[in-house]
Amino acid sequence: MKQFQYIRPITQQSVLAAIAQPGTKIIAGGSNLVDLMKHGVMTPDKLVDINKLPLRNVSTVKNGVHIGSLALNSQVAEDKQVVAKFPLLSQALNAGASAQLRNMATVGGNMMQRTRCPYFYDVALPCNKRNPGSGCGALEGFNRMHAIFGMSEQCIAVHPSDMAVAMAALDATVIIAGKKGERRLPFVDFHRLPGNTPQLDNNLAKDELIVAVEIPENNYAAHSHYLKIRDRASYAFALVSVAAALDIDNGTIRSARLAMGGVAHKPWRLTAAEKALVGKPANAASFEQAAQVAMQGAKAFKDNAFKLKLAPAAIIEALTHAAGLA
Amino acid sequence: MKQQELLNIPPFTEGINRVDGKLKVTGAAKYAAEFNLPNMAWAVLVPSTITKGTISTIDTKAAERAPGVLKVITYLNAPKLPGYDSGKDPSKPPTGGGPLRLFVDNTVKFNGHPIAMVVADSFERATYAASLVKATYNKESFQTDASKVLDKADTPKGPRFADYKRGNPEEWQNAPVKVEEEYIIPIEVHNPMELSAIVAHWTADDKVTVYDKTQGVKSTQNAIAQAFKLPPDNVQVITKFVGGAFGNALRTWPHETATVMAAQMIKRPVKLVLTREMQFNSVGFRPYTWQKIRIGATADGKFTGLIHEARAQTSSFEEFTEGTVNMARFMYACPNVGTIYKITPVDTNTPTWMRGPGEATGAFALESAIDELAYKLNLDPIELRIRNHADTDPENGKPFSTKYLKEAYEMGADKIGWKNRPSKPGTLTEDGWLIGYGMGSGVFGAGRGRATVKATMQSDGILLLQTAVTDIGVGTGTAMTQIAADAFGIPSSKIKFELGDSSLPPSPTQGGSMITSTVGGAVHDACLALKEKFQQLIGNGGSDKPDYAKVLKDKGLQQLDVTITSSGSSEMRDFSSYSYSVHFVQVKVHPKTGVTRINKVVSVADSGHIVSPKTARSQVVGGAIGGIGMALMEEAVIDHRFGRYVNADLAGYHVPVHADIPQIDALFVNKPDYKVNPMGAKGMGEIALIGMSAAVANAIYNATGKRFRELPITPDKVMI
Repeated sequence: MKQFQYIRPITQQSVLAAIAQPGTKIIAGGSNLVDLMKHGVMTPDKLVDINKLPLRNVSTVKNGVHIGSLALNSQVAEDKQVVAKFPLLSQALNAGASAQLRNMATVGGNMMQRTRCPYFYDVALPCNKRNPGSGCGALEGFNRMHAIFGMSEQCIAVHPSDMAVAMAALDATVIIAGKKGERRLPFVDFHRLPGNTPQLDNNLAKDELIVAVEIPENNYAAHSHYLKIRDRASYAFALVSVAAALDIDNGTIRSARLAMGGVAHKPWRLTAAEKALVGKPANAASFEQAAQVAMQGAKAFKDNAFKLKLAPAAIIEALTHAAGLA
Repeated sequence: MKQQELLNIPPFTEGINRVDGKLKVTGAAKYAAEFNLPNMAWAVLVPSTITKGTISTIDTKAAERAPGVLKVITYLNAPKLPGYDSGKDPSKPPTGGGPLRLFVDNTVKFNGHPIAMVVADSFERATYAASLVKATYNKESFQTDASKVLDKADTPKGPRFADYKRGNPEEWQNAPVKVEEEYIIPIEVHNPMELSAIVAHWTADDKVTVYDKTQGVKSTQNAIAQAFKLPPDNVQVITKFVGGAFGNALRTWPHETATVMAAQMIKRPVKLVLTREMQFNSVGFRPYTWQKIRIGATADGKFTGLIHEARAQTSSFEEFTEGTVNMARFMYACPNVGTIYKITPVDTNTPTWMRGPGEATGAFALESAIDELAYKLNLDPIELRIRNHADTDPENGKPFSTKYLKEAYEMGADKIGWKNRPSKPGTLTEDGWLIGYGMGSGVFGAGRGRATVKATMQSDGILLLQTAVTDIGVGTGTAMTQIAADAFGIPSSKIKFELGDSSLPPSPTQGGSMITSTVGGAVHDACLALKEKFQQLIGNGGSDKPDYAKVLKDKGLQQLDVTITSSGSSEMRDFSSYSYSVHFVQVKVHPKTGVTRINKVVSVADSGHIVSPKTARSQVVGGAIGGIGMALMEEAVIDHRFGRYVNADLAGYHVPVHADIPQIDALFVNKPDYKVNPMGAKGMGEIALIGMSAAVANAIYNATGKRFRELPITPDKVMI
């Protein structure tokens, strides 16, 4: 590991001043960053530890819940308000990583984690995300875990988070602090598609800090489900995951929220499929139709063609569970 | 619930707790990487980033200038080890190739081949400096994909691997019912929790002590003595605890020798701990293996002919062989059997034995094919096996010393509820999941080798037993303590078993399910000899259970000891001796998403008398878990364009986690085989795994009607 400096400011202002300098990197739980530093994938000169900032609370705000960016994944997953009002988020969090990691990882860090694409992780292999212009190793390589939506010739990696999939489905908003004060960004616009700049995972500027995520009240608590399909029962990244939430009135779907993980460079919100569900009976036929809509435009590579079949099956399965029909 | 019931131990004996359990759970047990010596330095290897070729330039200047760096070793400055030249004619390639040697020339034989070793005053500084070593290469074309060069496979040298024929193996073709199928297993990596590690300390110019992760302190002692041309007594190898090995520490690997060399060069103790990533290409792996089974049967299920063919990968520089096709020769009564075993070189490091070794690979194919045949015959797979049960060894005609395979079938079938198995696949469902049952059997030679044990009755009444065996985690110390307690007739609390030091009396390397039999036999014999010595000391009329401490005191002795070397009896040659296992699995499969979960496992072992019930149970449970991993998850993936692993960590290379493991019932036939050793115990380390992956695959077939002949069986393959 390259030697680096380490500071732990106690005010947000000093954090913002520190991260404006080149070569700096924020560290919170460190559960991904430290790994990347050990592999030489990320080589910051200075780490800015933000754990002293008062951003750890989960609190009720007008029309929703406010989750500090330093709230631990395990803390949010077990938070009474979250469990009661946003069980989808709790389930997604508990589907991620291991208990030990959830005890270290923060909400902001979860959003900022990098792809687990093996070509990104191995500095001896080509990767446009790590080393722009070096080529995409996965494009014609081992791409079983890779994207079927929104990829580019430059990068077919997926975002690994489960939490983010639920937050995208639940219309969350990211609160970001910068030199000029705070700004609010819809969660679905936080992460980005690779395009020609796959080195950029998201729309957070280098000198900005995630301070919180807010989720608005909704009517989905009674009918939501997070389904994660993976190679083993726990501690594995998703082959495909689905966050499904339904507002059902007398057997008819009043509104729906649907997002997928493991299929794109960002949490993949399925708005067309959501629309297709509105006004439909909560039954298998509606779910199948929504899955069909959801899969429009999907494209597979050498090793991940199974996702074209697994993803719609998972959508139907998740909706069936959400509707209480399983 | 009583502890007895919780652990599901048959009520034949209570069994003692692990003698080192407290040390392990409190962290007091010291593993190789945990030894820290005064003035010690840390070594880090620099792996090649190409797969094949030669180093044209290697720039170590930046690394040498980095803070704390003591030495950067490459082929340019490494001393020639005196033992590396012995007895070899350099103009001729050695028969069967030879082991890899580091820093002897500029060739790169596989991706990750170490090209330099950086030694620094801290691990972190060594790691950073290693990243500064830059090499340029003359690249050569390479092949790491064994599946592409199966046609180049050749029969290994030596009679053990020649084609085998009994009767006319081609008879299978004339049978009314037959199966001809191909089976594939990928590269699997042992991945024990403990990383490979060594601390080398030259205590004099010609004396070295190493704290090493090895399965054999004596074999490592000999390997180092040979490489450095030292008398073996000048090399001390200490391995008090091993955190799992599964075969990856059976050999002395080149990084171990290189660390001893580094310590000699800088005249300081040196520690090397391999990274998880380097475990994938430094300490062996289960080779990619293609297999074909051809088997025919009469309409009533009698095997008429069987051919088991296997082609496996080896390295470009060394032959690796294992008993992949052996089981077909003796497991079932079949008059016409052929086996063909070939290996094909690719540009990877050399494979090595991984638990069960080749027999586990072979059993996946054979026990799957027999399952396929059973469905074609519309016969219960157990019934088919019983109809072809070998009452004597069909390979050599000898009687079996003991064989309770039929009892094992019955015990397991009863416990898993085999009667609930649907005879037609894909017909049993529960809450939208498909349910299936499967079984597979395993077999492994039950032998006994030579070991020497020193038994000492101390003045404090403690019986000290000493031998240079290692315990790779299976509970050897516990089993030996139990054997000594039974043989000597004193409580286990009065016994101390010392192992893991090459300066102790010699024992073999721990592997091949031999240690309980071999070392246990010697412990038993040493205990009887010491008892006899006491009887002579006491004279006629004395108690046969004297107060030993008092006897010593009365006779004015500090201690009384014997050193006994013992091995199997010549009677063993008249018998065939095998341990058997039968694994039963109940799975559930979600048809739409392909998610497969193991609901229940019952593994039955016919491994003679169970010496140490608790550790024996752990062995069986561990083997079953290993088999679940082998069946459903384990696969080391190489991107063959680069010749490089792309999942060389525990996030990408999956082994089962707790959530994947259901209730596992370990049952023992527990009937002694006194022809193998005086305890009547047969080995069980390998059979705990052998046949398990087939049981899982067969259960998935029973659940879904889909047959999987290539491992691992992941959800993408299963979904319907």
